[in-house]
Amino acid sequence: MKKIFIFIVAVTMVAVLPNAANAQCKNFAKKICKLELLPYVHDGIYNATVLSEGETAELYKTFYSGQEYRITICGDENLPPIQYQVLDAERNVLYDNKKHQFAKNFDFKLESSKQLIISIQVQTSDELSDQILSGCVAVLVGFMNIENSFKQY
Amino acid sequence: MCMKIKLLNISKLTFFSVFTATVLMVGCNGNNGNVEDQIEDSVKTDNLSDEFNKAKQVIYGIPSPIETAMLMKRAGAKYNQDYLNPLLNVGNYTTTKSMSLNLGIYSTDLSFASMFEQSQSTIKYLSATKKLADELGILNAIDKSIITRLENNVNNRDSSMEIISETFMNSNSFLKENDRGEIAAIILTGGWLEGLYIGCLVAKNTASNKEMIERIADQRLSLNTLISLMNEYKNDPNVQSILPDMERLKTVFDKIQTSSSNMEVVEKDGKSIISSKSEVKVSTKVFNEICETITEIRTNIIK
Repeated sequence: MKKIFIFIVAVTMVAVLPNAANAQCKNFAKKICKLELLPYVHDGIYNATVLSEGETAELYKTFYSGQEYRITICGDENLPPIQYQVLDAERNVLYDNKKHQFAKNFDFKLESSKQLIISIQVQTSDELSDQILSGCVAVLVGFMNIENSFKQY
Repeated sequence: MCMKIKLLNISKLTFFSVFTATVLMVGCNGNNGNVEDQIEDSVKTDNLSDEFNKAKQVIYGIPSPIETAMLMKRAGAKYNQDYLNPLLNVGNYTTTKSMSLNLGIYSTDLSFASMFEQSQSTIKYLSATKKLADELGILNAIDKSIITRLENNVNNRDSSMEIISETFMNSNSFLKENDRGEIAAIILTGGWLEGLYIGCLVAKNTASNKEMIERIADQRLSLNTLISLMNEYKNDPNVQSILPDMERLKTVFDKIQTSSSNMEVVEKDGKSIISSKSEVKVSTKVFNEICETITEIRTNIIK
């Protein structure tokens, strides 16, 4: 009887956990990561997913000239550092946060509008562990409101 | 050593997944046939799933309605109520496709009104987006407290934009969490089309319209991303019926001639400027063709 109960609990968890993880991810993006964007205005697009150490994700997005942007990438505190690179369409590296102590934010503007690729990788943990760490990673894009923008060139 | 431990862990996880999947399959099918075959199938599926998980996840970033409105204002647009989809049309939308596309369209109109501090229009367009979001079953994206907050802050543009941004995030996170990404994609498509349509009207009715035409030409980049996003849901009948219009627009945008130099990053005042020279040539003929095509597509959507 006890075994059947454990089995039912296990199966229920398998069915329910993905939704719980999604809800957790949404709260993480909204309540923690979004604060990192300030004073930039969030564009309102929700990009968050559960990644394990070593896994990668890429965001393809057009960024417009003259607009001042902030990209914020943050991961669950139990995850190893999140590395991200900003690449052009030919995959030349324009920015690598690993060279900036894994900074969460990258503030920039462009001289001409371009499609950029934000390539994200959860680093592999150096610690000996019998678990593969996984957690929520959110990628948020914000832009500066016109009146708050720095001088145009 | 570490790798071995991890592999052992994966094996346990795999065994558990296979075991659970097998039991669930037997339960769902009510089939007591060859269990070994089913285990073998499950193992194959699991291996495929592992391979899939190794592949990187791709996210397509489409300009949101609020970003589109900001771009238009920056390019010199002036507010004109006549450019927007009339609020009376909201009752005409009864199918999932028309509700989703027009939710995107009204979201851009809402952002446009808010950006130009049109307080009454902002509240009315928020109500229209709430009606469509409710009918699409997007729970609590725009609740009473959000409407009250907007009413109380409608004369503060920063606060209004923050509240509108929050409603967008509520909507698209709800849809993505509930495996309705195709609806989120269609909403974004509607919003993007409305931005392009308003941009055309502004450019045609403004003497000094160079920057607006450049912005319209820039949309060729977002259109490619938008088509890639829609292709992710190409089995959905609503997406299937919208894609040909997007491809038609792309054919026109592809007539724009472009050239650009390599990019480099320059640091200035603690911020990075990604510099590159690019030349974009939009002939009057191509500009008119873009505007005629978008007007035709949008007219069919809002009727």
